[in-house]
Amino acid sequence: MIDTRAVPTREERLAAMLAAIPYMRFLGMTAELAGDEMTAILPFAPHLVGNVMIPALHGGVIGAFLEMTALCQLGVREPLRRLPKTIDVTIEYLRPGRAQTTYARADVRKVGRRIANVHVEAWQEHRASPVAALRGHFLLSLPDIEERAAP
Amino acid sequence: MSFDPEAMALLGARMAQGTPQAAALRFRLGSVDGTGAAMAVPWREELVGDPETGVMAGGVITTLLDHVCGLSVSCAVIAAGGGFMQFGMATLDLRIDYMRPAQPRREVIALARCYKLTRSIAFVRASAFEDDEANPVATAQAAFAFTGPRTPPGRPVPEASAPADAA
Repeated sequence: MIDTRAVPTREERLAAMLAAIPYMRFLGMTAELAGDEMTAILPFAPHLVGNVMIPALHGGVIGAFLEMTALCQLGVREPLRRLPKTIDVTIEYLRPGRAQTTYARADVRKVGRRIANVHVEAWQEHRASPVAALRGHFLLSLPDIEERAAP
Repeated sequence: MSFDPEAMALLGARMAQGTPQAAALRFRLGSVDGTGAAMAVPWREELVGDPETGVMAGGVITTLLDHVCGLSVSCAVIAAGGGFMQFGMATLDLRIDYMRPAQPRREVIALARCYKLTRSIAFVRASAFEDDEANPVATAQAAFAFTGPRTPPGRPVPEASAPADAA
């Protein structure tokens, strides 16, 4: 399932997570790796729309996509027994998410013994014009914490 | 206070059904009143974020909270005498604290209250829970900016009254 300790490569760990989480399939989210740099991809789909007048992606969908990107990046970074748990997220909305493909990249700012701090940014046509950003804290699972604590 | 229950009911129905993402998540309108709104999302296999526990993805709760926060702002604007859908608004930021995982196979309710309206900004607090508001899955704090064509009057929000039981 999500336990990726036995999975040797980043690509395989990412593929395992993408395949195992139903909600990522609901969103239609994928991700690509170039070395250790992951780009999450959210192709536009009609069911993701929050405002039909503009039309714009639902703000919650953008927030969810950013959060899943952070979780995937943590899983790519190192093998984990379980998915980390989200403690808190702050989502800043900078521009409407148009009816286009959205991309996101996560920056793992710090991984402590138990808690990771991750920043994520999403954009559409231009990387320099982000549509939203997220800052969040994520709690590593107890087995993963205990494994780190073990000598 | 100028409270138009019909406009609010219409707005609530539109928010629950008329938004593609809300329809895809099968949001159900709980209640609307002068400052608050409640909505629920049913548990479904395809919304699971952790396949080992069957817990719904945090993103679903995020979307529910964002949605019900927006609805509560619209309610507050109507209650303050602003016109129905005569303004646009955009989420500025949304902060969510996840206290605990949602219980698997259970509906999650979100309750939002717009506690301050200014000419340009609305401030909202919300929480998500299964049946007890005092035991939340998550709490949220959000700010919304009003965009054209017309800003609502910057009148104070009417006295908060507890929304009807959302269950």
